[in-house]
Amino acid sequence: MVEFPEMIDIPLAKAIDAGMEWLLTHLDGFFDAIGFVILQVVNAFEAVFLFLPWFILIPLVGLAGWKLVGKWKSGIVFMLLLILIGSFGYWELAMRTLALVIASVFFSLLMGIPLGIQMARSDRTQSILQPILDAMQTMPSFVYLIPALMFFGMGKVPAMFATIIYAVPPVIRLTNVGIRTVDREAVEASQAFGATPRQVLFDVQLPLAKPSIMVGVNQTTMMALAMVVMGSMIGAKGLGMEVLIAISRIEVGQGFEAGLSIVILAIIIDRITHSFSEKK
Amino acid sequence: MAERNIRNQPSEDLPVRKDEPQVLIKDLWKVFGRDPKRVLKSDLREKSKEEIQKKTGCILGMKNINLSIKKGQFYILMGLSGSGKSTLIRNIIRLVNPTAGSVIINGQNVTKMSGEQLLQFRRKTFGMVFQHYGLLPHLTVLDNAAYGLKVRDVPKGERYAKAMRTLETVGLKGWEDYYPGSLSGGMQQRVGLARALANDPEILLMDEPFSGLDPLIRRQMQDELVELQEKLQKTIIFVTHDLHEALKLGDRIAIMRNGEVVQEGTPEEIVTQPADEYVQEFVQDASPAKVLTAGSIMEPAKVLLYAWEGPKTALTLLLSNKRKAAFVVDKNHKLLGVAKDESLAKLLDKGEYIEKIPQSSIRTVPTVSENTILEDMFSIITHNPYPVPVVNDDGRLMGVVTTDQIFESITPAEGDENG
Ligand SMILES: Nc1ncnc2c1ncn2[C@@H]1O[C@H](COP(=O)(O)OP(=O)(O)OP(=O)(O)O)[C@@H](O)[C@H]1O
Ligand SMILES: [Mg+2]
Repeated sequence: MVEFPEMIDIPLAKAIDAGMEWLLTHLDGFFDAIGFVILQVVNAFEAVFLFLPWFILIPLVGLAGWKLVGKWKSGIVFMLLLILIGSFGYWELAMRTLALVIASVFFSLLMGIPLGIQMARSDRTQSILQPILDAMQTMPSFVYLIPALMFFGMGKVPAMFATIIYAVPPVIRLTNVGIRTVDREAVEASQAFGATPRQVLFDVQLPLAKPSIMVGVNQTTMMALAMVVMGSMIGAKGLGMEVLIAISRIEVGQGFEAGLSIVILAIIIDRITHSFSEKK
Repeated sequence: MAERNIRNQPSEDLPVRKDEPQVLIKDLWKVFGRDPKRVLKSDLREKSKEEIQKKTGCILGMKNINLSIKKGQFYILMGLSGSGKSTLIRNIIRLVNPTAGSVIINGQNVTKMSGEQLLQFRRKTFGMVFQHYGLLPHLTVLDNAAYGLKVRDVPKGERYAKAMRTLETVGLKGWEDYYPGSLSGGMQQRVGLARALANDPEILLMDEPFSGLDPLIRRQMQDELVELQEKLQKTIIFVTHDLHEALKLGDRIAIMRNGEVVQEGTPEEIVTQPADEYVQEFVQDASPAKVLTAGSIMEPAKVLLYAWEGPKTALTLLLSNKRKAAFVVDKNHKLLGVAKDESLAKLLDKGEYIEKIPQSSIRTVPTVSENTILEDMFSIITHNPYPVPVVNDDGRLMGVVTTDQIFESITPAEGDENG
């Protein structure tokens, strides 16, 4: 093998490490503030889900399955699946995972939809954001865990931070695409009547882009769920942690139960968010 | 134009059109692409669309357009695909900003307006209708029709009341609560029209509004638009690439090619005197019957009877001209009808002295106005043995048109065909 000449050595890793160090020393307060906000939100969601007893939540999900997905059978199936999770003994952990996912999605949408709108409005923003989004999505998700750990220490907050970064691209992308592909004449009609950009956005672009945005929400949610499991590696309590423990103890059965619970959550969340994109 | 110009009785006036220019377009250019001003500054500006595109990559959308459109005019923009019609109509309302030149509407320079001014101006001046309707599918027909008013923050009650009225005008009463998706194309375009009219705009911009419709629905919509325009007298700028539509609707037509206006004039001028081969090609299958008017080919009546001169004089006049019948007018030159030699002779047979030709011996005949196009006179000449009298709004006889004259003027002149 011919060695690659050592003279050509671009010290990207060193630069990034130095950058991280700088961030950590100078923006410590900033990250503390972010961490605080994230923590409050996720704790609030967690409090709600842990407070709701299973015999209320299960019928609620059943009802959502019936009304939103459109078939009463889906409602029944959702309820049976949740009862299965309970029977594995993972009810509490499932609720913690769910809270973490929903809080992450909440932040992702809070950032992602406005960014997507901005991206749709300006070609320059699009050309800047596009490669960043590509990078965010192809980067192995583990990589986010390290800086998250350095900024926020162990626990739920870094897990969520990594989750948000990992899960936000689809909703940005699909908001952008959705708005850009809105019928040009509908937008022009609105403008021709003297609508302000804001009126055009709320009267025409967002309503017509809604199906696309909802597909983005669905994808973001599914990615958040996948990442939250990774998040257990840095100390977020939940179903993912059970899987990790089972792996380390080589307990196939238990690992399978925990894994299946995650799959069940995924199915239910997917069907419910998917239903938003289909309705007009 | 439809049969409204054929009148047996002279009816009340068509509203008179004011003559002030409402839309004035001066030296308007649009170049799409990077750094479009560069194209205008250099000597490239004299070059053709293809050359500009090859040398700079810029696309010439409009080249040095100058037009003047009067209030109440039905103005047609016509040309092949890509000739710049939409670009021009979009520039007028600044959905596209021109590269150079100005659009002046009611004396105000639209091209110089700031963002806020422009929004206000669009709200009160324009209504626009789109080829694919441009409706909002998540709103009901009523909400769609009321959209322009909503943009202007008109209170809900008033907004809906007005929208209801315009929906009724376009024949969509009873459809308010449906969604556009459940309506046929023709009906969706009515919603588009209602939405544009609800604002009571001075100027209607219509970009190929009927292109997407079936031929029958299309003709029906054209007829209705003609009728509506009779009532509303808006200034309408209308894009089409259908010559028949243009001739049927337009007061004036501008023909565009590769971003330039190659000819501008009345339908009659365009069809009878095409400026170049491009226009010629456009109008070649246009029948002159659709553009020539009675006024343009009429001749004075050769024999005219004066009612007050009495039947005897009239009969003498007929005999000396070897005629069996002729038109009769009163002292104001107002047309009374046709008198035949037999009926005049019958009067005289009675032996009494008759001072005036009585109305009972005069047959009324169908008349046309000077604006009636020849095509609309065909039904008259097939049912009527006499030449067709042309009268003005007061019923005065302006001239007559014979069947021969009509056919002579609609058959292409020798040499045109092969030349
Ligand atoms: N946004 C744009 N960017 C670049 N080129 C454009 C743009 N809009 C229009 N053009 C070009 O400008 C020219 C005129 O287009 P325009 O849409 O005005 O034609 P048109 O007469 O309305 O045609 P059609 O009958 O197909 O609607 C075309 O060559 C078109 O490709
Ligand atoms: Mg067009």
